[in-house]
Amino acid sequence: MQPVIEISDLKVFYEDAQALNGISLDVYPNEILGIIGPAQSGKTTLLKVINRTLEFTQGTSIEGTVKLDGIDINSISDVYGLRRRIGMVLPLPVGLPLSIYDNVAFAPRTAGLRNKTDLDEIVERCLQQAALWDEVKDRLDSLGTKLSGGQQQRLTIARALSHQPEILCLDEFSIAVDPITTMRIEDVLKTLKEEMTILLVTNLVQQAKRLANRTAFMLNGDLIEIDETDVIFSENPTNQSTYDYVNGTFG
Amino acid sequence: MNSKTEIAAQDMFTETAVGKQNRYIENIVKIFFFIMTCLMILPLLLIIGYLIYKALPVLSFDFLLSNPQDNMRAGGIWAPFLGTIYVVVVSLLAAAPIGVFAAVYLNEYARDSWFTRIVNLAVVNLAGVPSIVHALFGLGAFVLFAGFGESILAASLTLAVMTLPVIIASTTEALKAVPMSFREACWNLGATRWQTIRRIVLPNSISGILTGVILQVSRAAGETAPIMFTGAVFYKPIAEGDIFAYNIFDQCMALSLHLYTISTQVPDVAEGIPYGTAIVLVGSVLLVNAAAIVLRVYLRTRKKW
Repeated sequence: MQPVIEISDLKVFYEDAQALNGISLDVYPNEILGIIGPAQSGKTTLLKVINRTLEFTQGTSIEGTVKLDGIDINSISDVYGLRRRIGMVLPLPVGLPLSIYDNVAFAPRTAGLRNKTDLDEIVERCLQQAALWDEVKDRLDSLGTKLSGGQQQRLTIARALSHQPEILCLDEFSIAVDPITTMRIEDVLKTLKEEMTILLVTNLVQQAKRLANRTAFMLNGDLIEIDETDVIFSENPTNQSTYDYVNGTFG
Repeated sequence: MNSKTEIAAQDMFTETAVGKQNRYIENIVKIFFFIMTCLMILPLLLIIGYLIYKALPVLSFDFLLSNPQDNMRAGGIWAPFLGTIYVVVVSLLAAAPIGVFAAVYLNEYARDSWFTRIVNLAVVNLAGVPSIVHALFGLGAFVLFAGFGESILAASLTLAVMTLPVIIASTTEALKAVPMSFREACWNLGATRWQTIRRIVLPNSISGILTGVILQVSRAAGETAPIMFTGAVFYKPIAEGDIFAYNIFDQCMALSLHLYTISTQVPDVAEGIPYGTAIVLVGSVLLVNAAAIVLRVYLRTRKKW
């Protein structure tokens, strides 16, 4: 099977530190790839490389290649189009200071879509996919920033879906969300898997266990192990530190 | 045993010597700071009260709308009043766009490099240059080199150069107040920097930007030195009541310079006239500042996060 993302020997340097020490992994269509590991292990950096937003951080340099559908992402001239092929959900919910409707319509509009009917359709579909539609359908013109934290995170997911990405990256999405909302979003992800590939960075190893088809364990900028989730969470993963982390001996 | 714990509980709520002292000091410190705050507004109230008291005999619409007469010993302040408005407005028209857009570039586009460091250093230092030095620069650059002659245009541009660094600084502050996470969210959605600026950053910082710009009006209106070599003159009568009486290539009178000349250069001026001039100058500035505050309060109620 042709991987959606092929990462080979990826190294990332910040000004005086190395964040990724040569990582190689493939991501396959319609899977949920869980990425676990303690803080400072390079998980977020990896996501930022994939949608090329690391370019906004000053003093970074990247070695190695990342291919999306077989194409080196650095050879893509339309970087904004590239970013729209990847949905990104960050740890803290960010409702943009716009109405709920405009939050979701933001990306399609920046891509040039003006047709009201199409926008209405996208807004409704994405909010429904993010399990937020029923709560906000009567107040689409109220501010996205005034929603509760859990609602804002679902708004963020709806926004990330609005540009119809092939890949959805979630970076510790449940950090500022209550457990019930977290479970609702997890259900959403299980459905979304039918349509897209999901990269799920999480601090909660149990979340990876619940959702991921395969799980990667990262530590201090190294990819320690990537395998079927069942194997990672079994009694005998390949690497001892994987076992220790998953079972809470450290981290 | 039982009675011991009771005593301990009582002790907890009886004020100790240290507690009493702390409370005492707390009160003294609070009152001291309050007095300092009052001292701050006292000069302003005294100045305005004194000016109004002294100016009362001459203050009228006629005073505002008629030219100085009889070698400035009588008449009103129409020519200097309109001159000041011209100079301030033209200087803002020049300084505001340059300052605001430069600040947007520095804050939103530029990376930390030797170039931006030099620009920022220049901004800081430009703000510290005395106004008389700006006057000499304006004389050389706009009056002589650019060939504008002594004119409203040259005076305005000189003032613009003077207010530019402060506008850049206040605009930068306003832009920095918009959380970085908004920008990152936009970039993740495939928005360009300009789309991010236009849809998110500017709409949410415009109140701060406008306030910063408007507050520069007061500074520009009060300055004497930068305009006296570059465009403001001792006496120049204009059509009374006609707001288009000046051409920007004309020389003009200005309130600040007018106040200086009638207070120091002209003998036997009626006492009320300098005070009247001063109160119009101070009043106009306060009016503009008040407008800035109202605008800021209004825009803040519409703050979206």
